[in-house]
Amino acid sequence: MSQDEFRRDMLPGHADFTLPGPAPAQRVNGRRPIPEKPEAPPVAAEDPDVWDRRVARGLSFIRRRLAGNYRVDDFGFDPELTDTVFHPMLKILYRDWFRTEVFGVEHLPLEGGGLVVGNHSGTIALDALMLTVALRDKHPGNRHLRLLGADLVFRLPLLSELARAAGATVACNPDAERLMTENQLVGVFPEGFKGIGKKFSERYKLQRFGRGGFVSAALRTGTPIVPVAIVGAEEIYPILADLKPLARLLGIPYFPVTPTFPHFGPLGLVPLPSKWLIQFCPPIPTAHLTEFADDPLVVYNLADQVRETIQASLHELLEKRPDPFGP
Amino acid sequence: MVTSPPSVVVVTGVSRFLGARVAARLAADPRIDRVVGLDPHDPPPGLLGLLDGVERIRADARAATEAIAELGAEAVVHMAVTSVPDVRHGGRAAMKEQNVIGTMQVLAAAQGAPRLRKLVVRSSTAAYGASFRDPAVFTEDTEPRAVPRGPFARDILDIEGYVRGFRRRRPEVAATVLRFAPMISSTATTSLTRYFVQPVVPTVVGRDARLQFVHVDDALEVLHRSVTEDHPGTFNVAGSGVLMLSQAVRRSGRIALPLPESALSTGAALLRHLGVEQIGLDQIDLFVHGRVVDTRRLVEEFGFTPRTTTAAFEEFIQAHADGSTLSADRLVAAERAILDGIRKVRAAAETSPAGQDAS
Repeated sequence: MSQDEFRRDMLPGHADFTLPGPAPAQRVNGRRPIPEKPEAPPVAAEDPDVWDRRVARGLSFIRRRLAGNYRVDDFGFDPELTDTVFHPMLKILYRDWFRTEVFGVEHLPLEGGGLVVGNHSGTIALDALMLTVALRDKHPGNRHLRLLGADLVFRLPLLSELARAAGATVACNPDAERLMTENQLVGVFPEGFKGIGKKFSERYKLQRFGRGGFVSAALRTGTPIVPVAIVGAEEIYPILADLKPLARLLGIPYFPVTPTFPHFGPLGLVPLPSKWLIQFCPPIPTAHLTEFADDPLVVYNLADQVRETIQASLHELLEKRPDPFGP
Repeated sequence: MVTSPPSVVVVTGVSRFLGARVAARLAADPRIDRVVGLDPHDPPPGLLGLLDGVERIRADARAATEAIAELGAEAVVHMAVTSVPDVRHGGRAAMKEQNVIGTMQVLAAAQGAPRLRKLVVRSSTAAYGASFRDPAVFTEDTEPRAVPRGPFARDILDIEGYVRGFRRRRPEVAATVLRFAPMISSTATTSLTRYFVQPVVPTVVGRDARLQFVHVDDALEVLHRSVTEDHPGTFNVAGSGVLMLSQAVRRSGRIALPLPESALSTGAALLRHLGVEQIGLDQIDLFVHGRVVDTRRLVEEFGFTPRTTTAAFEEFIQAHADGSTLSADRLVAAERAILDGIRKVRAAAETSPAGQDAS
């Protein structure tokens, strides 16, 4: 039985129970449950021109980059660099290391703005990156997710520029509203550092959702909110302890001690290969609530609704995935 | 709202590149009877030719106060705002004197001028300051998060503060504040254009600023329109679109040299003391944080769209192509050479016996 069918309440003895038919051969990311016919290895299909073309394409990419002949939007997003360099690298992690499975992509708007709100975990914000790859990979419109990041990210040299080039911007209402009015899909993690810096014992327990600034930004622009639950990121760097004095000394929100970090040094940066599931939930429309953008009660209730939705689908996903490091 | 153009216009700062051009342009407009240029300094010979139709009064700001009322000025265009200290004219102290005290005096004079209908003040997008928590795009309503460290940006905040005071006291005068992005054209020379034409361009390591430029001709057009038409308010004036600093350096065919911010600051301070180049904290802040503004308000109100940042920069690099090392043509040639090389090696391998063995 595939994981899609597991959730239905059709257990033996149930009135509607029918034996599940053979699942159609379906490609899931990463490992394939049903052995597929191995694809013809690229060597066999070697056409003398394939490599020529690849080299030519690579050279022309390098030439365009060196000549500065590319477009960057107002936020510093560089789609060409993202698609040619960042995503292929992240996809290895997404597909082969985390074996990510994505459900409910149909809940995302095909075009037009959307605010994707997710749970945050995993010590470093790999879940945000995997979410962008999932959207680009699975969404029928291959859309880019524009992340809203903490200002700490934009304070750090290099990281700030990578984040901007990958389409992220500072989490503030003017930027969020501008992106949404430009019909972009915006990704936000309202838990922030409280989410990614929590201990392993608190895994999959949603933290406080800040002041709900993301909700008022969505209300003001009438953008639908799509809650998303991400399972798997909690296990990649399980935080056993947080060295608060050291963190304060370094000016960072927490200093994690994981089974491999800091005592194994850089080796501790290798994430544990947990199994990832990403579930998009049905969108919450906000177009009829535009005038309540400044009403704290409406904003708070809506933020709470989003939070409850994510928490509930986290529990569902965890049932689907009994073994965190399973196939 | 479009009212009749003013008949007497006073332009301050006509000894400088932009001030002289604004004055010349207004003097060429037949609807304006009289253009008076005020400046404590004589214009350099290069600009004298422009100022033929302009009555020049050589006076400092204090003397100018009397002139503005006496002339019966209907519009004052305050262009005497310097962005970098000029060592020949007294350095930073004189710059502050001119920017802050000068503006204060011009506005005081304007306040006392009974026939005044319009005030146009040159400002800069430096008014938004520079902070890591800034939104990516500034609208005219964005407040700076902190007092900026650059001297020019601080002056700009003071200047805009005085204009706010003026608006309160003379609400019937249409006061226009134009926040210009860095200006660029094939002929203008500013510290920023000199920076981009160096063969090796120092940048800040790990930082790549988003930059916007405005073409000088577009800036002049906006200034002209704000004198002849009525556009009260504050407006961002910039070319739409963004160039990353690294991208701009690459487009101009120069080589970027990333330095740590501290090294760049020290180097800039050293050059400043030697009087070679005036790269200040304003520029370094710009290279670290970048600055992008929203120009929708300008486009709607003025009905004029400045050429894009990319187009303005393209024109600039066309005029300064001779210093480039990594030009686009050379890159194309290099790409072709590599591809030809591969093809030749392959052809040689296929014809040689070793190649036949392998296949």
